[in-house]
Amino acid sequence: MAVIRDMLRRIGPLLLLIAIVFAIAWLASFAGVVLQRRVIFGLVNLVAVVGLYIFMGNSGLLNFSAVGFMAIGAYTSALLTMLPTMKHTFLPDLPLWLGDAHLPPLAGAFAGGGVAATVALVVGWPLMRLTGIAVGIATLSLLIIIYIVIGNWTSLTGGQQSLMGLPAYVGLWTSALFAAGAILLAFVYQETRFALALRAAREDEVAARASGVHVLRERLTAFVLAAFVSGVGGALFGHFIGTLRVESFYLDPTFLFISMLVVGGMRSLSGAVVGTLVISVLTELLRLAEAGVTLPFAATKVAAPAGLGDVLLAALMLLIILFRPQGITAGREISFPLFAREGSRKLTPQT
Amino acid sequence: MQMIIQVLADAFSLGGLYALTALGIGLIFSVMRLANFAHAEFVTVGAYVLFALSGEPLVMGVAAAILATMALAVLTERLAFRPLRNADPATMLISSFSVSMFLQRLLVFLVGSRIKTLDPLPMLNNAVTIGGVQVSSLKLVTIIVCAVLLAGLTLFLKKTRFGLQMRAAAENFTMSRLVGVRANTVIAAAFALSGALAAVVALLFAAQTGFVQPRFGVQLVIIAFVATVIGGLGNLFGAAVGGFLVGIVSILLQAFLPPELRPFREAGLFLVVILVLLVRPQGLFPARGLKERV
Repeated sequence: MAVIRDMLRRIGPLLLLIAIVFAIAWLASFAGVVLQRRVIFGLVNLVAVVGLYIFMGNSGLLNFSAVGFMAIGAYTSALLTMLPTMKHTFLPDLPLWLGDAHLPPLAGAFAGGGVAATVALVVGWPLMRLTGIAVGIATLSLLIIIYIVIGNWTSLTGGQQSLMGLPAYVGLWTSALFAAGAILLAFVYQETRFALALRAAREDEVAARASGVHVLRERLTAFVLAAFVSGVGGALFGHFIGTLRVESFYLDPTFLFISMLVVGGMRSLSGAVVGTLVISVLTELLRLAEAGVTLPFAATKVAAPAGLGDVLLAALMLLIILFRPQGITAGREISFPLFAREGSRKLTPQT
Repeated sequence: MQMIIQVLADAFSLGGLYALTALGIGLIFSVMRLANFAHAEFVTVGAYVLFALSGEPLVMGVAAAILATMALAVLTERLAFRPLRNADPATMLISSFSVSMFLQRLLVFLVGSRIKTLDPLPMLNNAVTIGGVQVSSLKLVTIIVCAVLLAGLTLFLKKTRFGLQMRAAAENFTMSRLVGVRANTVIAAAFALSGALAAVVALLFAAQTGFVQPRFGVQLVIIAFVATVIGGLGNLFGAAVGGFLVGIVSILLQAFLPPELRPFREAGLFLVVILVLLVRPQGLFPARGLKERV
């Protein structure tokens, strides 16, 4: 009995988070098409935020390049899965083998993740030697480089023009499955000794080194894994919208995902999920307010002026960061109250 | 010869703008270890004030822009950064990111995202001839203004009481407080100064581009940010040098890259940034006391 209890205590957060994801998808399946699309969008964002968390949460370093890896994943998957006839029309200069390639969706998504992870391995090997704010700047530079290269490599990506005609296979359950998969991957990783060593280096790099942690290797592992998840997330995004624009993978989503992670609490997986949930719901509510609400006692529709929602959302994020710098979850994982150890609600800070 | 002088004028006027922006960021980083992304919006707001007063005499417009950005900078510090003064740098960076996004969206909401044209310095639109070579007078004035401001800032930091306090705070914040430097005043002054620099950058940059929109300052500040890191975060001299370096490299890439690679110019620039960081992670001129000793 005690063994089962221990086990449940350990994987409790994982079960709860995955249950939340499927509960949301199940509830959304009763909703209208518009709301369903918003939920799918939120779940795709969740994959991206979990990818961001794998590196930022465990290593404590800033990473601005995740959206760049999403772009790599999205374009890879698009080029591999689009109909060859479409590719011959839109991108006549593609190499032949790529122009004729036509992979099934799942293979395309994982290939997207794979290419992103490979790029991360190559650029991460030098970059992960940096520390502190230099990592932030270097990854920001990386994001800008990826943005410029994709935006100007016209023969491969269509450049500034939109790339249209991606098979739009991402629905409610697909996105929920991928989100659950990302959470599972992040959770399994954070339970390994590699992640434990990385978190040790986050708390005190010198002490971790002195205790035999190979900081570069651990950071690189997390960076590559995170890039894989980001790449798959980017592929999902592409196959959800059906059209790729290089502008969709630049500063705005970078800010959005980092805020989601920070608002939720960047030091726990639950934080990533909670932050995505909170910001998505807030965005949706503000959008509704902009569309107009009919108050029960007023005869006319009351609508907030357009653009106000964005302002309020940014203001709310600022307030959350000011009053709760550690995020909503403050680095804890959510847990079943039933299995919590007596007198301790801090279950897995594991720092 | 003609080409060399024009490339030099381009390089130094662009480098000067980057250097002034980098100094605005560097000032704040050196006293409170905050990488202030919201500097972009200080510049943008300055440019909008210039646009709003474009019918009035230039002096009024410039004075109003400087006052507005100084007020905005001090207000931002009070509301968004003071509560986080002891938080870790990542949280502060994200806070400045949020301030930046908030101000940007507020601008979109208030004035719209459409481009507004302005020409704050119409008297500088013609070229002057120096030694048989035509050089845009706006670029010359930009170079002169940057040089004067850099010299003025150096004098201010070296010769005045405030400057001394600011340098002391940059070197060791806790220690300077112990010997009687008023932390809040010094930080507020650094923000005010940074705001004033942003207004000057707004004036010169708007005169070059001829338009303003809510993201006016973003690209400039990202590049200036990179310049401060290359120069050595926390070191003002390094920030200025980094600004000039980035400007010069950028113009050289523009001038001498083969045409088919020119769209990738900025990618090359950021590649240089990564390379510099790899060789010297603390920047070319590391600030003292930044690296933790064990």
